[in-house]
Amino acid sequence: MKNGSRIKAAALALAAAGALAWAAGAMAQAKEIFIPALVYRTGPYAPNGVPWADGFIDYLKLVNARDGGINGVKIAFEECETGYATDRGVECYERLKSKHPVAFSPLSTGITYALTEKAPGDHIVLITAGYGRADSVDGAVFRWNFPMMGTYWDGADILVQHVKKKGSLKGKKIALVYHDSPYGKEPIPVLEALAKKEGFHLMLLPVTHPGVEQKATWLQIRQQRPDYVFLWGWGVMNSTAIKEAIAVAYPRLQMYGVWWSGAEPDVLPAEQAARGYNALALAHSAENDKPIHKEMMKYLYDKGQGTAADKKEVGQVLYNRGMLSAILTVESIRTAMKKYGNGVMTGDQVRWGAEHLNIDASRIRQLGVDGMMVPFHTSCMDHGGAHSARIHTWDGSSWSYTSDMYTADYKLLRPMVEESAMKYAKEKGIQPVDCSKEK
Amino acid sequence: MSASARNLTIAFFALLAAGAVSPMLFQGVRFPQWLEIVIGGLMSGVLYSLVALGLVLIFKASGVFNFAQGAMVLFAALALVKLMAHMPFAVALALVLALMVALAWLVERLVLRPLVNQEGIVLFMATLGIAYFLNGLGQFVWGADVYTLDVGMPKEPKIILDKFFEGGILVSSEDVIAAIIAGLLVAALAFFFQRTSTGRALRAVADDHQAAQSIGIPLNRIWVIVWSVAGLVALVAGVVWGSKLGVQFSLQLIALKALPVVILGGFTSIPGAIVGGLLIGLGEKLSEVYLGPLLGGGIENWFAYVLALVFLLFRPEGLFGEKIIDRV
Amino acid sequence: MIYRETGQFKTTYASDQQLFPILQDRVFVIGFLAFAFVAVPFLASDYLFRAILTPFLILSLAALGLNILVGYCGQLSLGTGGFMAVGAYAAYNLAVRIPSLNLIVVFVLAGLCATVVGALFGIPSLRIKGFYLAVTTLAAQFFLDWLFSRVGWFTNDSSSGSVAAPPLAIFGHPIQGPVEKYLFVLSIVSVFALLAKNLTRGAIGRTWMATRDMDVAAEVIGIRPLYAKLTAFAVSSFYVGVAGALWGFVYLGGWEPLAFDVNRSFELLFMVIIGGLGSILGSFLGAAFIVILPIALNRLPAALGIPLSTATVSELELMVFGGLIVFFLIAEPRGLARLWAVGKEKLRLWPFPH
Repeated sequence: MKNGSRIKAAALALAAAGALAWAAGAMAQAKEIFIPALVYRTGPYAPNGVPWADGFIDYLKLVNARDGGINGVKIAFEECETGYATDRGVECYERLKSKHPVAFSPLSTGITYALTEKAPGDHIVLITAGYGRADSVDGAVFRWNFPMMGTYWDGADILVQHVKKKGSLKGKKIALVYHDSPYGKEPIPVLEALAKKEGFHLMLLPVTHPGVEQKATWLQIRQQRPDYVFLWGWGVMNSTAIKEAIAVAYPRLQMYGVWWSGAEPDVLPAEQAARGYNALALAHSAENDKPIHKEMMKYLYDKGQGTAADKKEVGQVLYNRGMLSAILTVESIRTAMKKYGNGVMTGDQVRWGAEHLNIDASRIRQLGVDGMMVPFHTSCMDHGGAHSARIHTWDGSSWSYTSDMYTADYKLLRPMVEESAMKYAKEKGIQPVDCSKEK
Repeated sequence: MSASARNLTIAFFALLAAGAVSPMLFQGVRFPQWLEIVIGGLMSGVLYSLVALGLVLIFKASGVFNFAQGAMVLFAALALVKLMAHMPFAVALALVLALMVALAWLVERLVLRPLVNQEGIVLFMATLGIAYFLNGLGQFVWGADVYTLDVGMPKEPKIILDKFFEGGILVSSEDVIAAIIAGLLVAALAFFFQRTSTGRALRAVADDHQAAQSIGIPLNRIWVIVWSVAGLVALVAGVVWGSKLGVQFSLQLIALKALPVVILGGFTSIPGAIVGGLLIGLGEKLSEVYLGPLLGGGIENWFAYVLALVFLLFRPEGLFGEKIIDRV
Repeated sequence: MIYRETGQFKTTYASDQQLFPILQDRVFVIGFLAFAFVAVPFLASDYLFRAILTPFLILSLAALGLNILVGYCGQLSLGTGGFMAVGAYAAYNLAVRIPSLNLIVVFVLAGLCATVVGALFGIPSLRIKGFYLAVTTLAAQFFLDWLFSRVGWFTNDSSSGSVAAPPLAIFGHPIQGPVEKYLFVLSIVSVFALLAKNLTRGAIGRTWMATRDMDVAAEVIGIRPLYAKLTAFAVSSFYVGVAGALWGFVYLGGWEPLAFDVNRSFELLFMVIIGGLGSILGSFLGAAFIVILPIALNRLPAALGIPLSTATVSELELMVFGGLIVFFLIAEPRGLARLWAVGKEKLRLWPFPH
C-alpha cells in the first residue's frame, strides 16, 4: 500500500541520516596539526568571504607543498561554511573541535564573540587578525584572543588622524555608515570619544543586514552634507553603499572605508564611477608581485592546486589578508615549536606561541611579504602587537597607497581597552592574570 | 463599505499625510529637501510594486501566496547576467524568458498539481520550499559574487528645478525609467486580465479551483500561464533591481518587503500592488529620514510592517482587495 | 496482532484520565525518558551532546510552543525568532542585574516577559486571520530585532551589541560540561512537554482546537475568541521565550540580535509543519529532522567519498532542504507524526497486511 512504502522510505531515510550524524568525523592523522577555517562561500557576504578563504587555504597548502609542513609537521585543514551566521559558526566549532584544532580564525566579529565564551574552556586559540573584539588586546583578561595586526578601535582612530591632517575637525560633520552588527558597532565608542576631543559632530547611520536598503541613508547624507563618510560595511553592503553614493552624487573622495570595506568586490561593481574612494589598508593592499605570490604560482597554481577559481584573485586585497592571517597562525605555531619542540602542538602551546610572536623585518623578508606587514611583536599586555594602517585609494582600476603609515593613539585607546576588558572580566567572573609574572 | 470603516480609512490616511508633512512644520525641513525624499520614496516604492505584482498575479489566479517570487527575481537576473556575457541583450532576454516559462511548467507539474486544493498554508510552505531550492540552484550554477547588470541605464543623478529651488531636487534617472517600465507593465497586465479570455479564465480559477475545473477550464495550463507571466514580471523586476544594486543572493530579501505592499493594496488587485508599493516606499523613506534619527535609525526594516499591521486592523482586505466573507 | 493494545479496561476515573492510558505507551515513554536520562550520558560522545542533542532539545521546546499556536490554535506566526530573543535578553538582563536569582527563576521570569510581549502582539489576531496574521507577526519579528539592536539597556550598554551569558550554576552547582548542560535542558524540556500534553487535552486545548477548526462556529457555541487566541499566544510565547533563554545561555553562550532573525522563525515553522501540526510528538520529530538534516548532508559527500567544496555542499543543502519540504508536503502534509501514527496502525495489524 502507498502508506507502507512511504513509511519504509521515511524510516530508511531517517535511519541513514541518524547514522551519518552519529559518525563524528574522520580522525585527524596523528602527526598532523589541524587548522580549521571558518569561511563563507555562500550568502550575502560571500563576495568578500571567498577571496579571504582562498588566501588562507592557499597559504596552508603552500607550507605543506613548499616546506613539507611546519618544521616537518604537516598541516591538516578543513573548511566549514558559516554563512556569517553566529549559530552556524558555533556548530562548525563544535563539530571541528573533536579533531583537536589549535587555532580558529572565524572571520566574523559576531562568531568571535560567541567563541570567546567557549575557546578558553576548550584551550583553543582565536586568531582574529584585523577583526574581533577590540578589547581583546588586553591579554590579561582575554587569554585566548589575538586580534593581531589591528582592531576596529585602531582603525577608527587612524581614520580620524588622517582626516584631521586635511584640516581641523572642529565644527565638522562625520557620518558613520555602519553594518548593524557587533562588527559595525565596534568603532562607535572610539569615534564618540574622538568627537568630544576633536570637536566634530558624529552622525550614526546604521544599515540593517544584509545592507541592500541604503537609499534612505544616503538621502540623509545628501541633505546633511557631512564632510566625511566613514564606511563600516561588509559584503554586499559595501558595493551598495558606493553605488548609492554615486546615485546621490556624494564625492567619493570624502568617503573612507575600514579595511574590510576597501577591496575589489566593493568597488568593481561601480568601477570607474567609484574613483577616488579611499579605504584603510591594513599595512597591505592589492600587491601581487611579492615573492610570496610568485611562490603561490610556482607551487600551487602552476600545478593546478590553487584554491581560487581565477588566478587573478591571487594578490587581491582580501586574498592577501587571508594569506596574512594564515601566516600569523603558522608563525604562532612555529614560535611555539621553538619552545616545545617540533611535534604536534597543543592549544596551550600555540597560545604561548601567539603571545610571544615576534615578527621582525628580516622575518617579514624571509616570508616574502616585504611591504605588506609592519614588524611587530605580541605580549601578554598587548595581544594585537601591531596597530598600524595606511590609506589606499581606488583610481578606477587599481588601488594605490595615498598616505604614510599611521599608528593608533594608545594614550587614548589603552584606558578604554582596559575598562572594557575589566567590565567583561567582572561579568564573567574571570580573574585577570598579572602580566608582569607571565613568562 | 460601512460608514465607520470608511471613516477609519480616511482618518488613517489623514494621519499619514499629517505625519508626512510634519517634518516641515516641526523640524524646520525645507520644501525642496522634503520633496526629494518624497520622490526618492515613491521611486523605491515602484521597485517594491514590481515584485508585488508577481505576488498578486499568482495569488489572483491560483490562490497561492508565492513566497518564491523573490527567488524567481534573483534567478532570472542571474541567468540574464550570465547569458549576457555570451550574447546580445535581446537574445539573452528571450532565452531567460523561455527559461522562466520552463520553470513555471516544472513548478506546476511537480508542486502545484499534487497539491491541488490543499489548504493555503500548505501551498505557502511549498513555495517556501521552492524558494530555498531556487536559491541553492542559482548559487550552485552561477556562484555568489555580485554581478553587474549593465543594461545601459544612466547612473549619475539629475538635478532638476534648480532655478526654482536652491540646490535643485535630486532625481535618479534610473528610477524614473524604472517607474515608466513598471507603468507599462501594469497597463499591459490590466489589459490582459480584463480584456482577454485567458484573463477571465484566470480570474475564474482564482475564485474556486474546482468550480473552474468543472466548467472546463484547463487548470494546469492556466497555472503554467500565470506562473510564466509572474516569471516575466520577475524578470523585469530582476533587470531593474539588478541594474540598480547589482545581482546577488541578497536581492531576494527585498521580496519580503513586498508582503506589506500586497497587504496594503489587496492580495488580488494589480493597481493595488502599485498603490500599495508607492505608499510603502513613501512611508518608509519619510519615516527613516525624519523619524529615524529620533529613534536611533534603522527603522525602515519594520516600519512597513507596522504600517501594514495598523492598516489591517480596520481594513483587512486592503485598499482594493475583495472583501473576505467568512462562511460557517 | 502480536502488538496488542486491546483489553485494557479502566476501573477508576484516575486511571481513565491519565496522560498515557495505554500500557504500551506508558512503558515506551517512561523507558525512553529513562534511557535519555540515565543511559545516554554514558553512551553519547561530547560532540553529540554539544552539537546535536542540546540544540535539538532546545529547538523542540520552541517548536512545541509554535505548535501550540499554529497547530492547536491555527494562528500562523512568523515572529517566533523575535519572541525567542525576548526570552533570551530578558534572561540576560535578569541574570546580570540580579545575580543572586536562582537560574530556574530567571528562566521562568524570562518566559513570562515573552508571554507579555507575545500576548501584546497577539491582540491583532482577534481581527486578523491567516496570512495577514503572519504579516503582523513578521512586524513583531522585525521590530523586536531592531529594538534589541538599538536600545542599549537590553544589552547592558555593550558597545558591540553582543552579549555574553554569565556562567550557569544551579543551587551552587555549576553547569559546565556538555553532559550537565544536556541533563539540565532535558529536565526542563520533559517537564514542559508533559505540561503541554496536559494542556492540549484539557479544556483550554479544546477551545484552541475549536478556534482552529472553525472560529465563527466556536464563537457561536460560546467559546470566547479573545480568551482562546490570547491564551494560545501567551502559552506559546512562554515556551518560546524559555527556549530562547536556553538557546542563548546553554547553547550559544554569547549572541547578538542576528541570532534570532527571521530565518530562525522560518526554521521553526518548518519544524512544526514537517513534524506535524497539532501534535506534541510532531514537534520533537520535526526538530530532530531539521537539526540532523544539515549535518547529515554535510557528511554525506565525505562518506560517499566525493570531494565537494564547502560552497557546493552548502548550496546542495539548500536545494535538498527545499526539495524535501516540497516532498513532505506532497507525500504527507500532516507530517512525521502522522507517519508515526500510521506506523503504529500497521504494527497493530502485523503480521497481517490488513
